Amino acid sequence: MIQLLTPEGELVESAPQQYRDIAASLTDDELRGFYRDLVLTRRFDAEATALQRQGELGLWASLLGQEAAQVGSGRALRPQDYAFPTYREHGVAWCRGVDPVNLMGMFRGVNHGGWDPNDKNFHLYTIIIGAQTLHATGYAMGVQRDGAVGTGDPDRDTAVIAYFGDGATSQGDVSEALVFAGVNNSPVVFFCQNNQFAISEPNEKQTRAPLYHRARGFGFPGLRVDGNDILAVYAVTKVALDAARSGEGPSFIEAFTYRMGAHTTSDDPTKYRLSAEVERWKLRDPIERLKAWLAHEGKADRAFFDAIAKEADDLGADVRARCIALPDPAGTDMFEYVYGEDHPVMVAEREEFTAYQSSFEGAH
Amino acid sequence: MGDATTATTAASTANYPVNSTMAKAITTGLRASMERDPKVILMGEDIGKLGGVFRVTEGLQKDFGEDRVVDTPLAEAGIMGTAVGLALRGYRPVVEIQFDGFVYPAFDHIVSTIAKMRARSLGHVELPIVVRIPFGGGIGAVEHHSESNEAYFAHTAGLRVVVCSNPHDAHWMIQQAIECRDPVIFYEPKRRYWDKGEIGPAPSRGLFEAATVRPGTDVTVLAYGPMVRTTLQAAQAAEEEGTSLEVIDLRSLSPLDMDVILESVRRTGRCIVVHEASTFLGLGAELAAQIQEKCFYSLEAPVLRVGGYNVPYPQSRIEEDFLPDLDRVLDAVDRLMAH
Repeated sequence: MIQLLTPEGELVESAPQQYRDIAASLTDDELRGFYRDLVLTRRFDAEATALQRQGELGLWASLLGQEAAQVGSGRALRPQDYAFPTYREHGVAWCRGVDPVNLMGMFRGVNHGGWDPNDKNFHLYTIIIGAQTLHATGYAMGVQRDGAVGTGDPDRDTAVIAYFGDGATSQGDVSEALVFAGVNNSPVVFFCQNNQFAISEPNEKQTRAPLYHRARGFGFPGLRVDGNDILAVYAVTKVALDAARSGEGPSFIEAFTYRMGAHTTSDDPTKYRLSAEVERWKLRDPIERLKAWLAHEGKADRAFFDAIAKEADDLGADVRARCIALPDPAGTDMFEYVYGEDHPVMVAEREEFTAYQSSFEGAH
Repeated sequence: MGDATTATTAASTANYPVNSTMAKAITTGLRASMERDPKVILMGEDIGKLGGVFRVTEGLQKDFGEDRVVDTPLAEAGIMGTAVGLALRGYRPVVEIQFDGFVYPAFDHIVSTIAKMRARSLGHVELPIVVRIPFGGGIGAVEHHSESNEAYFAHTAGLRVVVCSNPHDAHWMIQQAIECRDPVIFYEPKRRYWDKGEIGPAPSRGLFEAATVRPGTDVTVLAYGPMVRTTLQAAQAAEEEGTSLEVIDLRSLSPLDMDVILESVRRTGRCIVVHEASTFLGLGAELAAQIQEKCFYSLEAPVLRVGGYNVPYPQSRIEEDFLPDLDRVLDAVDRLMAH
């Protein structure tokens, strides 16, 4: 397992030089930026969980504990790259510049996603487990056909990243995505966040071998990285994306992490895991280890940490206010976007619905 | 709306009319679309060097290259899922499903992703994917090679479902389908692939319009795909017995061209729906429901369905007992005329 920063916040001197060099090339501003991303992501995630508890969201899938896996990989992306998320990649969305309130729309029930994926090259959340790995692979096949791989132009060469979880690796779609990406040598990075649980089922119910071992069987490299170590995640993802952009094909990253919260707000993890295990993972917290290292190295001081804490609270309040203010769609919206071209059933049913609704006008 | 003005314009340079089998009519239609739009790419199993098991894509990989006529791995979910990604990148994938019974692994991507993407994205993302499915029985095939599963897709909002029945329509409808902004499931009646006919210089009508292929006065018969020819033969026989059948080729199963259908039934007062698919919750059920809702007082008799029995598609030695034929259509005509 690749690790650059221990849970105690100390550099791992024995880590591969290639990755250590990448971490060493990060500026202090970039490193402080990582910390800010981690804290702000955790904060709006917490706000969303609270909003669900208060009835403002129907459901929320928390990323608590997985911030480093998401921010580390998300910050390795270039603007022209494209990310295909599950429904939990709030940290990646943050890195891509997607407004957090947009992520809440589907959980509040005002839309099924609704943002323009091509605005930030961040696809809609996908609830069908594993399906997005094939969509990402197809997109990468399109990138190849556009001649946007291996040109050496850093603004043109494009990589695609597919996010999925440990549970998804059991889906046929994921295996088929690995097949298609392999035979086509497509510029796609398969980024598996192994958070140890598919809702309630632990790894051993999904796989007999370590997940990253699978890549070799499909003919491309795979590795496991400490998913709670943002420096390591950033470094390995950057290498994988660079390889994809330069035409070296796909790779598989298993970010070994832990889902500190429930699968979603509907779940009760006390029924299937021990609190002692959760306590052990608390000691590997992704934010605390980066904070300890930044402070020890003198790269950030108390004033900085306090300012980020304040900014996080402001973000929480802002997200809350704008989430609650999200307008309900009109009932007729259900007919609006189904087809791009005229469709007689949409016209007829919209008229029928509108006439039925208007029949109540003036009624008491 | 899907009436392929571009296709019509392009046709002026080609040598129409031309005689062709339905299979080759689709080949030339695909070729025309690929020449017109470099974003059109074909995907499927064995469609490249082999030209597809029915040879519908024969010669296209040689002319357009392996990036545009893609021999995919043998995995239908993978084909459909990557087609989604290619469409997201701006391509117009035309996917060949080798046989009707092999579409089910791809079903999830079709109904959960392709059908819903436009609505999910509030119109930001359209997936102009065409899924070609050779369908239906009558060729003595083994299991899973003779099915009529159109109702699954017609039942799914967000998809459009069309069926060709003759070479002219096959040639133009595939081009219209490729130009449509919405996803289209394109059914090809495999037992009619070798039927010959003349391809005219332009599409006869919009992709989602029904065609009255034989005018009549006593009974409206609604059919599509392989059953159009069967029904026309029945109409010929009925005429000799003094009954006039009006035959409508539905062409589009979703949306249905109800204006043409209802106008006809109001005139004849009698209607039969014919399809190979099992009748239970098939297209006939929907048509019968809509017809009784919308022209109840014009009906002289109940709407009848002639279709496959509600069993798994039978072994080929008895498939003729399962499939509607001329006699079963005429039997339904007799029952209707007794009212």
